Amino acid sequence: MGVAIRANSVTKWFGQGPLRTLAVREVSFEARFGELLYIVGPSGSGKTTLLSILSGILRPDTGTVELEGHDIWSLDADSLAQLRLHKIGFVFQDYHLFPRLTTLENVAIPLILQRVPWQAALQQAASHLEIVGLRDRADLPPLKLSGGEQQRVAIARAVVSRPDLLILDEPTASLDGDTGRRIIEFVKTEVLNEHRCILIVTHDSRILEYSDRILHMEDGRVRQVEDHHAHG
Amino acid sequence: MSGILRIAFKLLVNDRGKFAALLVGITFAVLLMVMVTSMFAGVMRRASATVINTGSGIWVMDRAVNTVANNIPLPDYVLAAVRSIEGVKYAVPIFTGSALAKLPNGDYQAVSIIGLDDSSLTGRPELIEGHIEDIYADNAFIVVKDSEYQKLGSPHVGAEFEVNDHRGVIVGVGRVASAGLFGIPTLYTTYGRAVQDLPSTRFTMSYVLVEPKTPKDIASITSQVAALGYLALTKDQFIQRTSAFYKYQTGVGINIMLMTVISFIVGLSISGQTFYTFILENLDKFGALKAIGARSRELIAMILFQAAFTGLTGYGLGVGLCSLLIAAAKMRLPSYAATVTFFNLGVAFVMVLIITGVASYTGIRRVIHIEPFDVFRS
Repeated sequence: MGVAIRANSVTKWFGQGPLRTLAVREVSFEARFGELLYIVGPSGSGKTTLLSILSGILRPDTGTVELEGHDIWSLDADSLAQLRLHKIGFVFQDYHLFPRLTTLENVAIPLILQRVPWQAALQQAASHLEIVGLRDRADLPPLKLSGGEQQRVAIARAVVSRPDLLILDEPTASLDGDTGRRIIEFVKTEVLNEHRCILIVTHDSRILEYSDRILHMEDGRVRQVEDHHAHG
Repeated sequence: MSGILRIAFKLLVNDRGKFAALLVGITFAVLLMVMVTSMFAGVMRRASATVINTGSGIWVMDRAVNTVANNIPLPDYVLAAVRSIEGVKYAVPIFTGSALAKLPNGDYQAVSIIGLDDSSLTGRPELIEGHIEDIYADNAFIVVKDSEYQKLGSPHVGAEFEVNDHRGVIVGVGRVASAGLFGIPTLYTTYGRAVQDLPSTRFTMSYVLVEPKTPKDIASITSQVAALGYLALTKDQFIQRTSAFYKYQTGVGINIMLMTVISFIVGLSISGQTFYTFILENLDKFGALKAIGARSRELIAMILFQAAFTGLTGYGLGVGLCSLLIAAAKMRLPSYAATVTFFNLGVAFVMVLIITGVASYTGIRRVIHIEPFDVFRS
């Protein structure tokens, strides 16, 4: 399967002078379509910084990131925003759902940003809510839903525009063990397919069994790559 | 409405508490601004009531006259001199003054007396009762049916009273465009009777009313009157002069301006603070939108739309509420002097634009500087 995303010697510093800190150091790896890749490590190991660089949100100091063979950091700000909108789906740690919109409208947001007409966007959003099993909650505000349901809404929002790369930041951090496992099972069986690559940043060891590969980070470096395909 | 603006709209109005607070702030500010400036406009209009109601093209007066109510009598030769000016179609005298009227029940009531030129009756009111030629009858007066009319006992044709111990008879009831400022009824009579019945100084003529042959003659008439040592003002100039006197030489204008500024500050404080809080509370959501792929200009459009929608809705509510209050007040208090003018509405609109502009500017500054990276770090 083709390479979805490739990082080449990515390095990122924060701060200046004596407070200057190296967050990500010379990280190189690639992820393929159809692959569920975990980035794990202790707090402060640089995994969220790496995720932000890979998703076109945080510019690296050195190195390149290629999405489907194109260097994303050679693009201007507007083009990068468009790339994120059309190619990358995000599931944030705190979901960041809009409490003043209905669940259906929340899911439709990426389509609306893509200028899909309102009704068509809601129809597509409804079909994705169906996929995550929340069609009957479409008209409720997100705050009326449980944590697991909100997570599924966030996943529906991330995949509604059919992105190639799906990025989940600590998706099980605020969920109990069973709900967290169900969410990851759902992602693996319903969302992951051969046309999509999923990156998950986590330090939740309970869900590592679902990964295809695991990047272990420490002090901004990739210390180890664990290949479950190879083991399997 | 595009989808992104529809989302902005829903984010705004579905946060009912904040939206209500925003509307209250702007509505209250607009209500105060329009109400205060309308009262001022109403007072100014009434201060120039005689000029408005008489409707003459040019008024000739002593150079020291500041308002139409404070006339300085002119010598008779001024009338003859003005009539001889090239470009003058006609020129007539007018008397304006006040007197005490004794009503049939024995009460005294101050009245404003306007003496019209005997031959032309230039500046006469529109009659709703009686005939204008009856003004030439003995002791004849025409009473104006305005908000002060009832102070004379709401007289009709044939009603009698006394003015400065002279018998007076109502021969007509008229109406005029504007009631006077000082809350007293107005009586019209002829110039001759006015100067005969009312005590006056050596000179009796309050103003000379001039009608130019063409509008182009106004400039030359004005300059030739100036050469005589007097002042000639068009109707609009005289209204402005009267208005300027009250604005700048009585303190009324400064007080009104201060009230308007205070209203503006109240509106700006409430609305600006509430809108800024609204943006702050949604900052992480705007960050999420930015991370998903919204461009900065789309976020700016959302904020501007929210601010504009709130501002215009508040403006409409404020103007509506103000009009309602003024209408209700006028039903209960006929002499209530408040007039909503386009200028007042324009001033309030500009103020609202500034309020919403400042509020949205502070919000936009925060939103365009938010780093989507922060969303991941939450």
